[in-house]
This record gives sequence, structure tokens and C-alpha cells, in this order.
Amino acid sequence: MNGPFDFTLALGDDALIAAQRLAEWTTRAPEMEEDIALANIALDQLGAARLLLSYAGELEGAGRDEDALAYLRDDRQFRNVLLVELPNGDFAVTMAKLFFLAAYQLPLYTALAGCRDERLAAIGAKARKESAYHLDHGALWVKRLGDGTEESHRRMQAAVDQIWPYTHELFAADPAAPVDPATLRSAFDETVDAVLAEATLTRPESRWAPAGGRTGVHTEHLAYLLAEMQVLHRAHPGAKW
Amino acid sequence: MNDPRTAAASVVDPEIRVITIDELGILRAVEKDPASGRVTVTITPTYTGCPAMDVIRADIRRALAVAGHPDAEVRTVYSPPWSTDWISDSGRAKLAAAGIAPPAPVPAAGVVPLTLAVRCPHCGSPETEQVSRFGSTACKALWRCRSCSEPFDHLKAL
Ligand SMILES: [Zn+2]
Repeated sequence: MNGPFDFTLALGDDALIAAQRLAEWTTRAPEMEEDIALANIALDQLGAARLLLSYAGELEGAGRDEDALAYLRDDRQFRNVLLVELPNGDFAVTMAKLFFLAAYQLPLYTALAGCRDERLAAIGAKARKESAYHLDHGALWVKRLGDGTEESHRRMQAAVDQIWPYTHELFAADPAAPVDPATLRSAFDETVDAVLAEATLTRPESRWAPAGGRTGVHTEHLAYLLAEMQVLHRAHPGAKW
Repeated sequence: MNDPRTAAASVVDPEIRVITIDELGILRAVEKDPASGRVTVTITPTYTGCPAMDVIRADIRRALAVAGHPDAEVRTVYSPPWSTDWISDSGRAKLAAAGIAPPAPVPAAGVVPLTLAVRCPHCGSPETEQVSRFGSTACKALWRCRSCSEPFDHLKAL
């Protein structure tokens, strides 16, 4: 990444794609309370995405607003990490994604709240309070499923194993960024180790570390997600409810 | 022509209609330029994704127009971030009267503890339990009273 624009765009894309994936659970969650919870978390992510993308558009200075950035870019122009675009899988996979993302976003937004860029600091201060709830929710389910029945333990461990390799991309060093993601790793590890231990789950060994999202090289899943997310705006530019 | 501050402060929250935006603590400033007569209102959202913000902006402009201030601008700021500590005492009383348990004081930085006793707004019993930390709107959690068995909303500390 290069300047504040790329950094802000990347964080905005993380939040936007995470919101779109979580919203897929609406009306399909295993229980009513969970349906509402996931929709609420999606809404928080969307709120953060709107602030970040609006600001990214201003930094770029090319006249692109939040809608232009969200709806009129192709997959190769998105800068989100692969973790957020991965399919939801079963409920355990969704919770593994939610938990790992929140364990990264909470220290990220906290650090952002203290950074020199006033706009990013304001967004960080706002979003970190919401991230604390997301982390709490994800951690609760990881523990409940991990330390639950034999079947729930098996599936939660499988989900952690599946998602874990994608967490490394979150911490790719970027010393020039307003917050260097590499500095967030120790806080993330501390949270993850404590929760996995309580959940009687094992942290996988770190061998494979797929990446590419930050440079626009995505999995095949992102294009399908964008097709659904962007179709209305592209068919009816400027449409309003 | 009425005072613009009074007019803006009278707007009710569209999702919690018993409480005004002033009592909720999201109305940050109301300024009138003496020369042009233009009124600038500053508000802050409870949650970043709060879908009520557009309605609140429109309601403020309408209230100001009715009070004789047709030239009004509504600005949104995010810093300092809204806190449930900004809900006024009268706001808390109105929430409780409407069956919504008001938030506890916000603890110091860090993860929000979720084990604080919340009193049932119907019968006053502290024997309550959280059903879900996410409720009917972004700012509420769903609780249930073990004494009277009634479910109720609780405004989450933030
Ligand atoms: Zn009761």
C-alpha cells in the first residue's frame, strides 16, 4: 500500500465486504436472536464502511463518493483481505470469520483513534466501541461451540483450521500507513489464544498464508458477491428507495 | 419565530419515540448566523450504521422550518463519539417509563462487561437475564425478567 487513500480504501473494503457476507444470514440464522445479532453487526460494518469509503473518496480527490467506490469498481479494484470475502460456510465458519476479524478490528480501530489523521481518528474512536461488541459475540460462540458437544467441537475446530491461514494477511507490514498492521499482531494473538484455550480448541500451525487481497488479487468468490451487491446500482444508477 | 435550539431539541428519535434527540444526547449544537439567518445544527449518530439518521435530519429541517427558520443545514460529526452517558436524566426516566431499561454508566476503556444487573422496567426486579445482546435497533439489547417473565429492551451502554 502507499498513502492514506490506499489504507483508508482497504479498511473500507474490509468492512463493506464483511457487511455484505453477514447480511446473507438475514432470515437464515439458526435462531431469531442470532438473526438480529448478525444483521446488527452487518449494519455496524456497513456504517464504518460508509465513513471510510466517503473519506477515501475525498482523499483521492477524483470526485468518487461512497457509492461510486462501492458499486462501480470491479473485483480487481477492491483492496479487502481474502478473509472477509470467503463464503459463510456453516455457522461455525461464519463465527470463526467474525471472531478473527473483530480480534483484528478492535486493536486496529483503537490504534486509529490515536493516529494523527483527525478523520481516521474520529472513525476509529466510533468504530472501536462497536467492535468490542462484535468481538464479544464472536468469542462467545467460539467458546460455546468449541466447549460444547462432540459434534459442535469438531465443526468449530474445522472452521478455525479453515480460516486461520487467512488471518496472516491482516497483519502484512505497511510501515508508511497511519497504523502499521504488523503492530496489531500481538494484541490479536493474545485475544485469540485466550479464547481458543477456553473453547478447548487448538490454534493451527502457521504454514500456509494466502494473500493478494490488498493488491486486488482475489479468490473467485468476490466477483459473485460483487455481482449481487452491485447489480441494482448498475442497472439503475442513482436509484433511491 | 421561535428559538431554533428549542425547535431542534423537540425532535423525537424516530426509533424510540418517547425521547427527544436532545435527551438522547445526539444533538450537539444549534447555531444561528445573525447576518444571514441560517441555522446550523450539529448531530452525531448513536451507531455508525444507524439507519434513522436520514429521518432525523429531515425532521430537524422540518421542525426548524415550522419555527420560522427555513434556511437550515444539518451537519453530522463523529468525534467525540456518542456515549450512553450523554442521555439526560429526564431521558432515562422516559425510557424506563416506556419499558426500556436505561443503560448503566459506561465503564472505563476496554471490552464492555455484560454481567451488570439490569432492573426490569416493568416490575423493578433485578432478577433479569440477557436473551440477546442485539435487539430491535442497533442501540438496544433484548432482555427478559425472571420475576414477571416479561421481555424488555435495554439500551446498551456504549
Ligand atoms: Zn419484571
